[in-house]
Amino acid sequence: MAGILVFVEQRNGVIRQASLQAISEAHRQAGGDVAAVLVGSGIGDAAAGLGAFGAAKVFVADDPNLARYSSEGYGEAVAKAVESAAPDAVFFAGTAMGRDLAPRVAAKLGVGALADVIALTKDGDQFVARRPVYSGKAFATVDSAGVKPQVISLRPNVFAAEQTGGSAEVVALDGLSLAIRAVVKELVDTGGGEIDVAEADIIVSGGRGLKGPENFALIRELANALGGAVGASRAAVDAGWIAHKHQVGQTGKVVSPSLYIAAGISGAIQHLAGMSSSKIIVAINKDPDAPIFKIADYGIVGDLFDVIPPMVEEVKKLAG
Amino acid sequence: MNCIVCVTSVPDTASVIKIGTDGKNIDETGIKWIVSPFDEYALEEALQITEAKGGEVTAVTYGPARAEAALRDCLARGAHKAVHVIGGEATLGDSFTIAKVLAKVLAGREYDCVLCGNKGVGTDCSQVGPMLGELLGIPHVANVTKLDVGDGSFTAGREVEGGLEQVESSLPALLTCQKGLNEPRYAALKGIMAAKRKPVDKIEVASLGIDEAADSFYTVRSLELPPPKSGGTIIQGEDNPAAAAAQLVKALRDEAKAI
Ligand SMILES: Cc1cc2nc3c(=O)[nH]c(=O)nc-3n(C[C@H](O)[C@H](O)[C@H](O)COP(=O)(O)OP(=O)(O)OC[C@H]3O[C@@H](n4cnc5c(N)ncnc54)[C@H](O)[C@@H]3O)c2cc1C
Ligand SMILES: Nc1ncnc2c1ncn2[C@@H]1O[C@H](COP(=O)(O)O)[C@@H](O)[C@H]1O
Repeated sequence: MAGILVFVEQRNGVIRQASLQAISEAHRQAGGDVAAVLVGSGIGDAAAGLGAFGAAKVFVADDPNLARYSSEGYGEAVAKAVESAAPDAVFFAGTAMGRDLAPRVAAKLGVGALADVIALTKDGDQFVARRPVYSGKAFATVDSAGVKPQVISLRPNVFAAEQTGGSAEVVALDGLSLAIRAVVKELVDTGGGEIDVAEADIIVSGGRGLKGPENFALIRELANALGGAVGASRAAVDAGWIAHKHQVGQTGKVVSPSLYIAAGISGAIQHLAGMSSSKIIVAINKDPDAPIFKIADYGIVGDLFDVIPPMVEEVKKLAG
Repeated sequence: MNCIVCVTSVPDTASVIKIGTDGKNIDETGIKWIVSPFDEYALEEALQITEAKGGEVTAVTYGPARAEAALRDCLARGAHKAVHVIGGEATLGDSFTIAKVLAKVLAGREYDCVLCGNKGVGTDCSQVGPMLGELLGIPHVANVTKLDVGDGSFTAGREVEGGLEQVESSLPALLTCQKGLNEPRYAALKGIMAAKRKPVDKIEVASLGIDEAADSFYTVRSLELPPPKSGGTIIQGEDNPAAAAAQLVKALRDEAKAI
């Protein structure tokens, strides 16, 4: 094989959307020459389904010791699949797991890695990648200096997932030593069923303009009506109004949803850095000179406490 | 318990980024360089660990001459030792070369914990830590927001989508630190004065047997600014917020097709 091997992430046997996006992109780039590697425990059923997204072959490492993520165990499995498939490139979805595993695997293979890629082209037999740097204040076009395999992580929700209707040959990966020192004992749910900003296609963020923690309820209402996630500026996080996992910006999450609504956020350079690559940006601010309006596609100059409640009503009307 | 903290110097987060004349690097004119914000969590955690358990904190950076300022900052906040690998001008974002350099520097040193930032603000790679863990042959836990170090082992909380992974591991290990782990201290004047007298161990990168140009894993072909945005639709909503809200939602549905 000279094609692409894709690491496929599952949680409780369910394949992550970002991984389907990665397989689809691999299929667009390499046609039939795509293999996948799936790691976990009791996950055999999920493997065959990957053919429908363009994987011709699926390597499966199924072991009770792989029930939870570990960079050591999962890294060994992926390295073994790389040995078998000898791909030109290994793709990862840029999820928390993918961003953790890709560099560990790259170092194991003795190669570099390209993180957080948002577009791929080919120059000869090498992938050339576009990636945001300085949290989106600039974009770099980079390659792997001719070294193979190219290890690449793709930013979630940028590449489309498409069914191709193929079928996959399933190959078991055996004989793993699985000498795992860092063991995940438990995955504690901190989301409470909410969508994570890192994964959301719509984000509604609140800032200091909310005036207090209780008013995040208003942001949450709009986010729920839109089926989106709740984000926040650092000012709101540092005031203790909301947990830091909601922070968007240069020292928070860097996001590119299709819709980003900023309410009561001034648009400091560190906040803009984290969200300026969103497809549509909406600003709600009572200060017409707030910098956020400079990058907004739509804006309302007004008091968010007067504007958001009727917005929620309007959105609900659309749904109902 | 000895801790190594890897720190990188980055443009102040308030910097306006401009492209340099070569079209591949940023224009460094007027840039103020700071310790990457996530590395501050790494340093703070190392200081707290050694304050509780004894041992030394060694700050390590790989970078050009100006990177020494980052080490002085770490010494001022309480790091005991500092190592400056001089070089690295051409390796911005070449995570594997950086990890290899750091691995060579750490070889032969005694450490229980190696702490990195979750990401270098600017390269935005989040790769050096896990790569370094692999090269050192030790486990790593990335994106750590909670840490409890015991004798020869530790438990850590690692942030993932919608949850926190509770990880247990043996030491030595490498951790990459995320906001929420601690509140980094500032350097006191006394620390700043004392830091000026502390020695910084200097190593030329070539003496580690690494040829930055020849052993490259990452080439920047070009660097561009995002296309400027203009001409957004701004609705005046002070007098009739309900009408403004209705107009916005309609535009988002019909025009932008975003909802
Ligand atoms: C190293 C470093 C890293 C940083 N990283 C981040 C980061 O990752 N993310 C981040 O967000 N920030 C970050 N910051 C902080 C950043 O510089 C700003 O301080 C922060 O973004 C401001 O948050 P804000 O917009 O909510 O608050 P403010 O700047 O105080 O803005 C509040 C806005 O609300 C508006 N407002 C007030 N009342 C109302 C109302 N009733 N209706 C409508 N509008 C109203 C005001 O007009 C104002 O524009 C960082 C700073 C540093 C130094
Ligand atoms: N040049 C460097 N010198 C020392 N440590 C570094 C260097 N570059 C990156 N690191 C460490 O690796 C972390 C992640 O960087 P990155 O992989 O570039 O996002 C940083 O937060 C530092 O802890």
